[in-house]
Amino acid sequence: MELREKILSSYVAFEDSVNINSDLHEIRTKALQNFEKLGFPTKKLEAWKYTSLNSILKEDYSIFPDRDSSVELADVKKYFIHEIDSYKIVFVDGKYSSFLSSTTHDGKDVCLLSAAFSKDKYRPVIEKYFNKVAKQDNLTSLNTAFASEGAFIHIPKNVEVEKPIQIINFNTGKENAAMLQPRNLIIVEKNAHVQIIERHQNLNSNAVLTNAVTEIFTDTHATVDYYKIQNDNENASLVDNTYIEQQKESTCSVHTFSFGGNITRNNLNFYQKGEHINSILKGITIIEGKQHVDHHTLVNHIEPNCESHQDYKGIYADRSTGVFNGKVIVEKEAQKTNAYQQNNNILISDKATINAKPQLEIFADDVKCSHGCTIGQLDDQALFYMQQRGIPKKEANALLMYAFANTVLESVKIPEVKKRITKLIANKLGVNIGFEL
Amino acid sequence: MLKIENLHAQVEDKDILKGINLEVKAGEVHAIMGPNGAGKSTLSSVIAGNETYEMTSGSIELEGVDISELAPEERAHAGVFLSFQYPVEIPGVTVTNFIKTAINESRKAKGLEEMPAKDMLKKIREKSELLEIDRKFLSRSLNEGFSGGEKKRNEIFQMAMLEPKLAILDETDSGLDIDALRIVANGVNKLKSKDNAVVVITHYQRLLEYIVPDYVHVLHNGKIVKTGDASLALELEEKGYDWIKEEANS
Repeated sequence: MELREKILSSYVAFEDSVNINSDLHEIRTKALQNFEKLGFPTKKLEAWKYTSLNSILKEDYSIFPDRDSSVELADVKKYFIHEIDSYKIVFVDGKYSSFLSSTTHDGKDVCLLSAAFSKDKYRPVIEKYFNKVAKQDNLTSLNTAFASEGAFIHIPKNVEVEKPIQIINFNTGKENAAMLQPRNLIIVEKNAHVQIIERHQNLNSNAVLTNAVTEIFTDTHATVDYYKIQNDNENASLVDNTYIEQQKESTCSVHTFSFGGNITRNNLNFYQKGEHINSILKGITIIEGKQHVDHHTLVNHIEPNCESHQDYKGIYADRSTGVFNGKVIVEKEAQKTNAYQQNNNILISDKATINAKPQLEIFADDVKCSHGCTIGQLDDQALFYMQQRGIPKKEANALLMYAFANTVLESVKIPEVKKRITKLIANKLGVNIGFEL
Repeated sequence: MLKIENLHAQVEDKDILKGINLEVKAGEVHAIMGPNGAGKSTLSSVIAGNETYEMTSGSIELEGVDISELAPEERAHAGVFLSFQYPVEIPGVTVTNFIKTAINESRKAKGLEEMPAKDMLKKIREKSELLEIDRKFLSRSLNEGFSGGEKKRNEIFQMAMLEPKLAILDETDSGLDIDALRIVANGVNKLKSKDNAVVVITHYQRLLEYIVPDYVHVLHNGKIVKTGDASLALELEEKGYDWIKEEANS
């Protein structure tokens, strides 16, 4: 059976596990119909021209993974940023793991979406925010149809969350192959501040396809710093759909570190719904083998006097392929917009490919929009300089790549995250340099 | 120390060096001068092993060992240091971390343990004082946003830390004001000993007022066409290079 058919026919079974007499379920059913109509994206769609899901849609995924699996903390500790105190919302095969998690309802809600769905007191919030900024495209609709579990984070006004929140999805892969549909809803009210770290990790060599949707609402003068660490094994594919709605004077930054996985597609969408908003999108991609990473970003400047800053760095080895499609829309009302986009790529091998496409649609006449895109190789002269000081070629290469990616690392606000990312970069480049990069 | 015989080198099939012979003994300072395009920078790059240049014949010996087949880092480990005309910027890597890596990679290549942190710090302190370098400067990203003078001073600082046997200063005077020039030159003079050697590559005589050479060689069209003592540099300053060209061509 084709995956699409299998998903559609599984829906009845899914309905057994959720409350079907609710407004929420109506949203789900409508989304299912939407997915039924649209199907999986194909390369015929402009937005999917360079990313084909064909190879991963052939797998015989189980739509409802075995929910009885457990993992030992010792085995997975390394996937957490464990050097710091943090809240943790952890899922194993799509199911909440209370054992690995550390949640709170003390002055803020850092908990589960399923809990928010089922309790009356959360109903107004769910009604107000759930599925409100998410685009109704094929894969987001698919996720919405099966939306039942994920992180629910609600930070009331003026609350500065004292420690970062980690959202981690493990796949144990006991089934042959698994499809996961995590759904996160994050609401940060006026003047509140939160830092979030997100990771997906496959613990087995069986295939996993994660189709994640995250909605983030940042109210007036709120600040959200979001870090996505994508360093999964070669059998794990991820479609990450993140939608952010910002109100006036808010700041939201998303850093995406793509270091591994089979096919990774990031759909990152910002909608600016007020003045004096700052949106920050940054990414480092370092991949090899036959890995594929696709960054599709959208910043929609709707109101005047806002800013956006995009900086994506990519290093591609072997036969790896990358895509950067950065779309900036400046609407007619959005005068005095300052939109900046930078995308720099290094191809280490002749066989590696990058498709880079800045896409600016500007309808206002008093704006500052700049974009730059480069594709090149490492600078031989810089390499020679370091070798001349006695640093072997491999280490010199690594230092150069680190220096190349550094503009993105600089803006990481959690030192332990920065340290971890640098360590991952050093591992990735196969070097052990005498200082912590 | 350094012995170059019949050195030919080309870049993109164009002959640049056409038979260089040069011997530099320990304790000596040699200056290589010449008009633009004579091959001065090519010579320094070829000695240091820059793979952009292809050495087509001849030999380069350091302390009796042919280094012409070695990788640039191996030549560095053997004691060759080249101060760059245009040092490279490396964001995110501090001067201190860079020099630590350089020193420890060199020690690793010689089978030595890493230098203990306290010795490293002591050495950094000594050498930065010697070159009148502000300590704050050492925690900045290597060469990033440095002025021309700071870059050159940083090159000499690295030279002081690495203690090479043969130091080649490629146009170290360019972009330096007179005070920076004096500091850099003083640094080089303090580092000079009977066991090492310095080759100064320069277009002008200015730097040679401070670093006084034992020999001055004039490079023209890929060959050393004249060799003399420090007075030759003064003569060149006064008369320019045209008479050298004429002499060489006749």
